[in-house]
Amino acid sequence: MERRTFLATTAAAVAAAGLATPALAQGKKAVIGVSIPSATHGFMGGLNWHAQETIKRLKATYPNLDFVLATAGAVGKQVNDIEDMMATRNIDALVVLPFESEPLTSPVKAVKDAGKWVTVVDRGLSQEGIEDLYVAGDNTAFGRVAGEYFKANLKSGAKIVVLRGIPTTLDNERVDAFRKAIDGSGIEILDMQHGNWNRDKAFSVMQDYLSKHKKIDAVWAADDDMAIGVLEAISQSGRQKEMWVVGGAGMKEIVKRIMDKDPQLPVDVTYPPALISTALEITALRFVSDTPVYGRFIIGSTLITPANAAQFYFPNSPF
Amino acid sequence: MADQAVSRPASSFRLPSLSALGPLLALILLVALGAFLNDNFLSQGNITNVLARSAFIGMIAVGMTFVITSGGLDLSVGSMAAFIAGVMILAMNALLPSMGVGVPLILAGMGVALAVGLAAGLANGLLVTRAGIEPFIVTLGTMGIFRSLVTWLADGGTISLDFAVRQLYRPVYYSGLFGIAWPILVFALVAIAGQVAMRHTRFGRYCEAIGSNDKVARYSAVSVEGVRLATYVLLGLLVGLATIMYVPRLGSASGSTGMLWELEAIAAVIIGGTALKGGYGRVWGTVVGVLILSLIDNILNLADLVSPYLNGAIQGVIIVLAVVLQRGKKSSA
Repeated sequence: MERRTFLATTAAAVAAAGLATPALAQGKKAVIGVSIPSATHGFMGGLNWHAQETIKRLKATYPNLDFVLATAGAVGKQVNDIEDMMATRNIDALVVLPFESEPLTSPVKAVKDAGKWVTVVDRGLSQEGIEDLYVAGDNTAFGRVAGEYFKANLKSGAKIVVLRGIPTTLDNERVDAFRKAIDGSGIEILDMQHGNWNRDKAFSVMQDYLSKHKKIDAVWAADDDMAIGVLEAISQSGRQKEMWVVGGAGMKEIVKRIMDKDPQLPVDVTYPPALISTALEITALRFVSDTPVYGRFIIGSTLITPANAAQFYFPNSPF
Repeated sequence: MADQAVSRPASSFRLPSLSALGPLLALILLVALGAFLNDNFLSQGNITNVLARSAFIGMIAVGMTFVITSGGLDLSVGSMAAFIAGVMILAMNALLPSMGVGVPLILAGMGVALAVGLAAGLANGLLVTRAGIEPFIVTLGTMGIFRSLVTWLADGGTISLDFAVRQLYRPVYYSGLFGIAWPILVFALVAIAGQVAMRHTRFGRYCEAIGSNDKVARYSAVSVEGVRLATYVLLGLLVGLATIMYVPRLGSASGSTGMLWELEAIAAVIIGGTALKGGYGRVWGTVVGVLILSLIDNILNLADLVSPYLNGAIQGVIIVLAVVLQRGKKSSA
């Protein structure tokens, strides 16, 4: 199955159940509830920004749509938000990026059981078949695309170091895919430590890598925030010429440097925080048209190169 | 042994008792372990890295020693550092068009950092002393406030210093005097001043008196509220100073800046032998505690001893051991 395309494999079943008809009665506004984690780090900050921008745009485009946005700093708060939306705002659809899969599964299922449309973003629920629409980035491709670049651009026997994120399944998926992609290339991974997707932590970890290893050919920082810390540590050691760095996500500062052909940052791998916009736009279509939008939408991770960087550059976004 | 443990009159030249040497012993063991595991451990580059990294938490921990000694606590310092860094960067970016890139702009930024630190410390201190709220609750509240404010200022993203200013400011972290990096020098000065203030000034003695029994201190005509307020203000200023050294490193601040610094600072203070319930403070011990904490991290990165998943566990074990070492000796002495 081609995962990057919009699959409508569940279409038949859902259409048979009669859910495909537009839910709008004449003159009534459809309310879409949006529940996402709050902006605690760069990626989520970007995601929050894109959510707000998209809601503004959709409201202007479709006067018969209304949105309720709630951001939560913790799992419990997110559950409360969703319950409040059901109880007081009478939502017709819920777009949710679950803080954690397990605890959010039954609250979201309750929304679904009440006959509402459910769009789940990025982090899947622990039970299948609850959501009408699933929109997510592709963590396996994220690791694979980076790995393929390393394989294609390093000789056998080259030495690299890797910074991992916060220990999670998501991080494991990326790292496993990366390992698989460079398998058989003769590239040696000297070290793999957790930098927690944090600039300061990545800075210290990279400083220690540099003290420990006399020769490093490339760094997979796996995240643009970590890449910033890594680059700073490298420039402190004066070894800029020796190695290049690949981050991930698509932070504007990094994309800018790729556009400017910085030799230290040849490419970046996308994992766009704007995926929330995809989810919102598609969900909105369901209420303003007969477009079938149930299924899974997996946003591919692609390579940002100096040639295509301009289309990934959003100077106004905070991320 | 027993002779040494008998408390002598407070003379300025007494030797530290054996129990006090616990954390120092732990530090020496760690250094020996590091040197054994990796040849580069004792290289000048690595030592500079570890000491410069310790400097931020170190300066904050010295201030925290006074707060804890006088029976208080401050959980807000990590968020406060992030908030100060954010305000400082925004102020410097805003002043850039009128002042131009130059030393006065950097000095203005430093002034802003110290002023915000002072104000933040004053706010904590006044809420504790004038409003009479438990320091744990006050600073838990301000911790959330500062953290949210910086996230809000950054619009959920990152606040970055203007590139040209950053180039000028960068040497404050990366270069130094006689081969010793600036953060290390400043940290050393703060530590020495802190040690002197704790042992040889009225302020230090008042802190200990208030921490061991604030009623008795009050009856002895010590301005309990005044001294407590001063400890929070001092800590706020030191957080500002730490931020001044921190900002040139990465030139940015975000909602995740200074995450958990408060716990590291408190841990360093306790490892160093200061009593968590107050009444006794040891600034040089705090410095040792800070070094122990950064060395653990450094050694774990330099040597592939265990799975990185277990790094946190190793840290925990060493922290507890360092404290057990000194408490154990104390009870046997």
